[in-house]
Amino acid sequence: MSQIASSSSPFSARRRPLERVIRTSLFVCAAASVLVTVGIIYSLFADTISFFEEVSISSFLTGTTWSPQAGSYGVLELVYGTLIITFGAMLIAGPLGIASAIYLSEYASPRVRNVVKPTLEVLAGIPTVVFGYFALTFITPNLLRSISEGCGIFNWASASIVVGLFILPTVASLSEDAMRAVPRSLRDGAYGLGSTKLRVSLRIVLPAALSGIVASLILGISRAVGETMAVTIAAGATPQITLNPCSSVQTMTAYIVQVAGGEASTGSLQYGSIFALGSTLFLMTLVLNYVSIRFVKRFREAY
Amino acid sequence: MALAADRSLAGPSTRAFGDKLARGLFFAATSVGLIALGALLYTVISQGAGQIDMPFIRNFASRIPERAGIWPPLLGTIYLMILVTMVSFPIGVGAAIYLEEFAPRNRFTSAIETNIANLAAVPSIIYGLLGLAVFYRSMGLGRSLITGALTLSLLVLPIVIIAAREALRAVPQSVRLGALALGATQWEAVYKQVLPAAIPGIMTGAILGLSRAIGETAPLLVAGAAAFVAFTPDNLLDAYSALPIQIYDWVRRPQADFQALAAGAILVLLAVLLTMNAIAIVVRNRYGRTR
Repeated sequence: MSQIASSSSPFSARRRPLERVIRTSLFVCAAASVLVTVGIIYSLFADTISFFEEVSISSFLTGTTWSPQAGSYGVLELVYGTLIITFGAMLIAGPLGIASAIYLSEYASPRVRNVVKPTLEVLAGIPTVVFGYFALTFITPNLLRSISEGCGIFNWASASIVVGLFILPTVASLSEDAMRAVPRSLRDGAYGLGSTKLRVSLRIVLPAALSGIVASLILGISRAVGETMAVTIAAGATPQITLNPCSSVQTMTAYIVQVAGGEASTGSLQYGSIFALGSTLFLMTLVLNYVSIRFVKRFREAY
Repeated sequence: MALAADRSLAGPSTRAFGDKLARGLFFAATSVGLIALGALLYTVISQGAGQIDMPFIRNFASRIPERAGIWPPLLGTIYLMILVTMVSFPIGVGAAIYLEEFAPRNRFTSAIETNIANLAAVPSIIYGLLGLAVFYRSMGLGRSLITGALTLSLLVLPIVIIAAREALRAVPQSVRLGALALGATQWEAVYKQVLPAAIPGIMTGAILGLSRAIGETAPLLVAGAAAFVAFTPDNLLDAYSALPIQIYDWVRRPQADFQALAAGAILVLLAVLLTMNAIAIVVRNRYGRTR
């Protein structure tokens, strides 16, 4: 396409000024996306830098007490909340997602797959505030309290479960795409040697599709880290480092919502802290996405 | 011979049994997601269906659950949809046309492409912080409808660009070559031939992007949407609420009555989403075939 563009445009552009005007305005549209990135970086880092003039970076990054009222901004307590929920979510979405992908790609008939896959993807299209509602009115009272009666209404187990359900379709769908891209001849070769379907799935298809599967898992982690509403509603607002799945934790995103939804005044330390958290979050997801893209490029098997 | 390939010493019947068992396990794993979806819909419908009547749609928010309704947030969501479309659709399609039809293959173009892919993966709450810092504060737009609309527009922009590019790429090269051979300028070829062929795909992508935007809560909350407005917004600088914001406000309250109201509002939101997805499917099937 671009070859045609470069061979015809010198003439047409000279003949018709309109052509050049249109081309320029289309270019401006494309450049606007760069402006968005610049805007994100500027708006996050400007306030983050002024925040770090008041609070030292090392006490922010290594402190384990997040208590803004007491002037203590140790981000690890919130990072812990984010990571433990992400970990729990991946315990659900990882195995279930990959198993679903194997079923859809290797076992299901085309008719079943054409119904099940889009239905599963509906889960990913449901607004996350609805998942928060689901955690509060179904998962905690009906599921968790039947296992452990003393479960608090806000707890990280329910947050993990709903975030896991939310990213399950992403993992399943992308892994399934990767498995279906494995050429038929590899499977046929293994069948010819007398392998069962299970063995073909686990020993041939799974390794061959590994780069795509890992990328889907990393994307799932990145989604879980940035997830906001479900964890704000389900996990509550108590920053603490605890392993007890029935107790409340606070994530980075939940704290941002709490402060931005409240009445913290512009320029206050609390207000600055949400931008410092936003920068931390932004860098975390950026690294995850970068790793995911590298992984696909580096380990993709070419057939 | 068959056993030689399988290192286990199990006989054929055991292996067949193992295979059946595995099939059952994989199927069970798949059904977990489906059952969860069913349980979610069941919970919402059983709690929320009784809420939906005309007063619920037309009333304002209230401290008394029986009188509470969703009129201002429903209108807010509809206004947001219109504004987000007006901003993100032209810019997104323009960017896609540039990248697919005009852009030279150089480093700058691939930088833009990488940038768009990265933007699509940025968590939505970060866009909320962008809206708060730029539209709310620097531009002084405050807690207004336009702040929310611009924030959401930036959020869906990468989605619209990616979808529109895919639609443009699906138009056969012969369409372009034919137009150019007949003496059309490049823009004429794009505007009169390529775009009409790509419009169904572009529309489908845009509607799906928009349906993501209207379910978003976090960016609006951070960029200053109000949970309670006593009036419906009638200009761009008015305060506003939106359905997801109202749902969040009700979900947070401990009383069961408000939980039921939340379920009712969720049903309305899901109905809006479902309608939009249905329109996307109809557009794709109806206009996709004529090509």
